[in-house]
Amino acid sequence: MNFIALKMLFGDRAKFIGIVIGLTFASLLITQQSAIFAGIMTRTFSFLLDVGLPDIWVVDPRAKYIDDIKPMDDNAYLQVRGVEGVKWAVPLYKGTLAVRLKDGTYQSCTVVGLDDETLMGGPATMVSGDLSYLRRSGAVIVDQTGAAGKLAHLLPNGKSVPLRVGEEMEINDNEAVVVGICKVSQTFQNVPVIYMTYSSATLFAPGQRLLLSFVCVKAMPGQNLHSLCQRIERATHLRAYTRNEFKMVTFLYYLKYTGMPINFLTAVALGFLVGIAISGQTFYNFTLDNLRYFGTLKAMGARNGMLLRMILLQALVVGGIGYGLGVGAATAWGMYMGAHTQLAFRLPWHLLVVSAVAVLVICLSSAALSIRKVMKLEPAVVFRS
Amino acid sequence: MSNRDARPKLQGKIAVGCKGVTKTFGTGNSAVHALRGIDLEVRTNELMMLVGPSGCGKTTLISVIAGVLRRDGGECTVFDQDYNLMSEDKTTSFRGMNIGFVFQAFNLIPSLTTAENVATPLIINGMKPKPAVAKAREMLDRVGFDDRMMRSFPPDLSGGQQQRVAIARALVHGPRFIVCDEPTSALDGETGHKVMELLRRLGCVENRALVVVTHDSRIYKFADRIATMEDGRITTVVDSAADLKVISQKTI
Repeated sequence: MNFIALKMLFGDRAKFIGIVIGLTFASLLITQQSAIFAGIMTRTFSFLLDVGLPDIWVVDPRAKYIDDIKPMDDNAYLQVRGVEGVKWAVPLYKGTLAVRLKDGTYQSCTVVGLDDETLMGGPATMVSGDLSYLRRSGAVIVDQTGAAGKLAHLLPNGKSVPLRVGEEMEINDNEAVVVGICKVSQTFQNVPVIYMTYSSATLFAPGQRLLLSFVCVKAMPGQNLHSLCQRIERATHLRAYTRNEFKMVTFLYYLKYTGMPINFLTAVALGFLVGIAISGQTFYNFTLDNLRYFGTLKAMGARNGMLLRMILLQALVVGGIGYGLGVGAATAWGMYMGAHTQLAFRLPWHLLVVSAVAVLVICLSSAALSIRKVMKLEPAVVFRS
Repeated sequence: MSNRDARPKLQGKIAVGCKGVTKTFGTGNSAVHALRGIDLEVRTNELMMLVGPSGCGKTTLISVIAGVLRRDGGECTVFDQDYNLMSEDKTTSFRGMNIGFVFQAFNLIPSLTTAENVATPLIINGMKPKPAVAKAREMLDRVGFDDRMMRSFPPDLSGGQQQRVAIARALVHGPRFIVCDEPTSALDGETGHKVMELLRRLGCVENRALVVVTHDSRIYKFADRIATMEDGRITTVVDSAADLKVISQKTI
């Protein structure tokens, strides 16, 4: 019966294309919007992904997420070092400073100050220069996207020239020299990232009593990280998070306190509803158009189970095609836009599953209406002209 | 028709036996008594025609006999099997194995080729599509279809050709009983004649029984017996169109 089901499905080209277009559009919208949402949410904790070594992040207890910097006492990291089970603990500065561009305008940048000794927390991938050059006086490393984008020199003819190694720049009215270009993950704020040593950061940052943003901690082998966090908190009265906890705290903050989830959820729901509306309606019409033939098959001996499998097969085939086309289009679009713009697009397998389930629900809902109609169909209908 | 006169008297076994069959649609004041105690026998190798005015219950009767509609009362067996004693699934399977259908509007699936349409009952009965289509092609060959026509789709065929396909579909799985609902009403006189000849030639053989519901008096001559229905009852059963004419004139 599969043979007949598929022939019936492909035979009505207009409806077949209509159903597939509906499902493709739904799949595209659901996948694309979810992937953009995932991309943006990943950017909220991209700093944590780039600074991969620490097991534990110690912050001021009032800090609600990674970008909510509440400076701590500069000696806090020394207190942390004294806690049992800590292998090492280094200070890390993170703040926003203004960089003066050659055309006289200012650009806000994220400045990361690394421990002078270890340079722990530095970028993993250097495009040019070397991380150790940061120890030179006034040295900074700039991220590639920022150097080629917001920090690039704009020529009179409208073209822009990327910031290069060796060039000088003015950070918060202090001279700095670019000693390297690095690759980092895009941040949520989407501003250039500048690396320097912690001591440089104290010079560049506006005068303030407290500067320490984070204490990055490596646990000794075999340590239970949660127990270590508790010991650190007891000893320092600061807040200690494991890396995953800090990621989750940040993720949940953005989820709870920004309008992003509802915006994206609305778009995803729209895709879902459009899919139901177009595909469901068209699929139902397809079944209604074929009701006479289903009745004929029933009269000729096709049991309800056979017809049920036929309709399910038809629904799953259009679903599979629509899903494939939709996900394919979303991926191609994401890859293209990702390569040519700063679009946040992340498509982990979980989202593919979510999208597949959504399309499956659309297909099964559409099929359910049709199945009900066919199951209730009296075979005697074939004798009614 | 001379062919009919040459046929032997009916000697076949009882294929369909109905006694006091009743069927009512709806309840209360809106109830419609479609069958009011039908007594009818159809024998193997017989072509029985059911005739009568619109709404007299012909279609309801063949629906009951074909097992697509449950009767309310009376007895009805088809090859000694009573649908009312079978489950829904068993009835469906019985239909698939034993009954062939020819419909007024042909009911050929437009997206299947003629060969695939004819193969449908075989596929329903579990045969794989490839051998089913091969067998269907043999059947289509018997109704005069060439290779090109076997590959064509129903909308590309004339009414007569489509009804030939429908007849091939009704016969391909070797059913014991064939039910035809107004098989010539959508066809012109000559084509209808040819279709009936085909039904007669291929249908009334191998201990098969045929029931044809029709309004078309031009095809009465193909019947072995003609049962006239009126208001849910069988009023007369005659052996020929001539007999029917005599009875009609007497009634007038």
